[in-house]
Amino acid sequence: MVNLGQLDDAPPATAGGAPPGQWSTQQDQSAALLQLRGVGKSFGPVHALTNVDLDIPAGQVTALVGDNGAGKTTLIKCIAGIWEPSGGEIRWNGRPVHIRSPKDATALGIATVYQDLALCDNLDIVENMMLGHERLKYGLLDEISMEQTAKQTLKDLAVTTVRSVRQTVGSLSGGQRQSVAVAKAVMLDARLVIMDEPTAALGVSQTELVLSLITRLASRGHGVLVISHNLNDVFRVADRIAVLYLGQLVAQGPATDFDPQSVVEIMTTGRTSRAGNGSEPAISRGINGLEG
Amino acid sequence: MASADNDPGQQSATQVAVDEPAGRPGDAAIAVTTPDLIADSLGEYIRIWFRRLRSGESGVLPVVIGLIAIVIYFQIRSPLFLSAGNLVNLITQAAFIVTFGMAEVFVLLLGEIDLSVGYNAALGAVITLWILSGVHPPPWWVGVLGGLAFCAAYAGLEGLIITWLKLPSFVVTLAGYLGGFGLLLALIDMAAPNSGGTIRMTSSVLNAIEGGSMNPTASWIVMIAAVALAGAFISFRDINRRRHKLAAPPITVTILKIAAMAVAGVVLVLVSNTNRGVGFSVVEGVPWVVLVILGLLVIWTILLNRTRFGRYVYAIGGNAEAARRAGVNLSRIRIVAFMLCGLTAGVSGIIYASNLSGMSSNFQGGQYVLYAVAAAVIGGTSLFGGRGRMLGAVLGGLVVGVIYNGLQLLGLGPAAQNIWTAGVLLAAVTIDAFARSGQSGVATRLFVRIFRASSN
Repeated sequence: MVNLGQLDDAPPATAGGAPPGQWSTQQDQSAALLQLRGVGKSFGPVHALTNVDLDIPAGQVTALVGDNGAGKTTLIKCIAGIWEPSGGEIRWNGRPVHIRSPKDATALGIATVYQDLALCDNLDIVENMMLGHERLKYGLLDEISMEQTAKQTLKDLAVTTVRSVRQTVGSLSGGQRQSVAVAKAVMLDARLVIMDEPTAALGVSQTELVLSLITRLASRGHGVLVISHNLNDVFRVADRIAVLYLGQLVAQGPATDFDPQSVVEIMTTGRTSRAGNGSEPAISRGINGLEG
Repeated sequence: MASADNDPGQQSATQVAVDEPAGRPGDAAIAVTTPDLIADSLGEYIRIWFRRLRSGESGVLPVVIGLIAIVIYFQIRSPLFLSAGNLVNLITQAAFIVTFGMAEVFVLLLGEIDLSVGYNAALGAVITLWILSGVHPPPWWVGVLGGLAFCAAYAGLEGLIITWLKLPSFVVTLAGYLGGFGLLLALIDMAAPNSGGTIRMTSSVLNAIEGGSMNPTASWIVMIAAVALAGAFISFRDINRRRHKLAAPPITVTILKIAAMAVAGVVLVLVSNTNRGVGFSVVEGVPWVVLVILGLLVIWTILLNRTRFGRYVYAIGGNAEAARRAGVNLSRIRIVAFMLCGLTAGVSGIIYASNLSGMSSNFQGGQYVLYAVAAAVIGGTSLFGGRGRMLGAVLGGLVVGVIYNGLQLLGLGPAAQNIWTAGVLLAAVTIDAFARSGQSGVATRLFVRIFRASSN
């Protein structure tokens, strides 16, 4: 097990034991909002994640893809503070950090929108967005201020399909619910928004709604990490793609370096057989694309 | 890739059908929304409101309609029913059921239940009476504080056990119910030995809650002040919302609401101020207990709708996991809700003792718990948590009281009373179940479709 503190001063190249060429330059470090270096997570003898190096830049959508059991959920839970990594280093804005609880993650500006969204169907949009962050005036809830904030946040994200912010969330469509969950995350000054399968249960038009929301988040300067099974969606929104295979990050780089077929191949075999790369591990691909 | 695509693709086909049902886009979304804040005019308000009614989300109106229907039935069967004497009698009879219903709302909103409210209330009342007995009793409010503190502590202990040991509230409060009955027998025996299991109410102030009335002039002043305050509050809120460019209910709706309150107030005072004395004695004025219930209703409504605590109670009832992730301390909110339930039940116990001028070991704690749950549920509180209002519990308690009083007037005994209450309760729960599934279930979508088909 790697001691987290031990790595603080070491040059990043030695952290994961990867070839030096892989490591980002100084400029890249400032570009990447969140950097994982050699992150691993074991549950007893089971290694759910081994030696993951991942860069998530601000203002871009990074898609994390992989087959079932590849470790996607484990990875975001490590970032979100639900589980502490067994080894490796997490850097936030180039600074090593220890995320031990969801509170730590929120304090840093990492917001996670889980698949179940965690919304109260019986509360309205404003009440859901402000839940846990209610504002008071004379000891009573300041509904006007909260409603204005919620409205403004939704407006900034161009979520205009809801008729009233005083609708109960139970009455919203799947895409609208997803939008509310994202708006809730963004309202809390999140710099990085992690979304777990945001389009999994959505119809065509609802998926459009959410995909455009994801793009807008990135264009507003947020870092976005999206987990998805749906490669169509991934290629629609992702600036960068990272592929997990059996707990290892086997490829990452600009989305333009990939095509759906190669991603499926990497997802299922961990390698790509494309011409030029032969049967070389896919990990060598896309590495030079960090600055993209 | 095809495999990755298949699943969402299939889902999307069904999802679209659900997301955009036939008719105007967004119809389904409006269905479950309060019309207050999205309607621009009275006409639209009514339109939205009808749509909500069809989807089962209808606020207090069904219980009001039910109440009126039952009242009309009893008035036809017995012309005495709507006499001033009987109506005031009805209010004092129903008062403790109303407050029991309000107590139960706190825990039902969390998706929990408290079966011990009945005997908890009786214990509190006995303690109050015990403190106030003796040759030199302390002021009445000392006894009240003592009794209410006990009730809050008793329910709080149950809440503590429920949250710490993660036991179902049904079982823990069932234990509280049985233990409460035992404690009641023991406590009355201690407080009033050799009295045959009764302890007398010696405080004239507490006796006056049920037995006394404000004088007619005071009744008018209090009623006018209450309506004016409530009207001012609603109007101020609307004006403030408009000033901040937020949607506010149409002015006509606000005026209608205030008018409805004023009418209810005027009728109450007119009825109460009619002389209901027998023979030469003159008895008139609004019973004090009305003021007690009104006060509780206002305070608890503000607590549930305008404070963080209230917001969290609804949130936990709606989705406890979401509340937990939002940083809400679930255990604390649950325990405090149980304590408030106990506290309100304590008020109920004192009202009951005031009605009978004492408390006896014959107290029907089991039956009253069921009346309490019935009152809350008839008033629109969901047994599944997250939905319900204090005003609903007041109206639901009145329904139970009206049935009780009306059947008594017709000379029908407990058999008919309980069967009637059962019928109304069953109807209320059925409406609740459909309202709930209307937000996600398949069954109600079917119902909505049938409604749509039949209304087109």
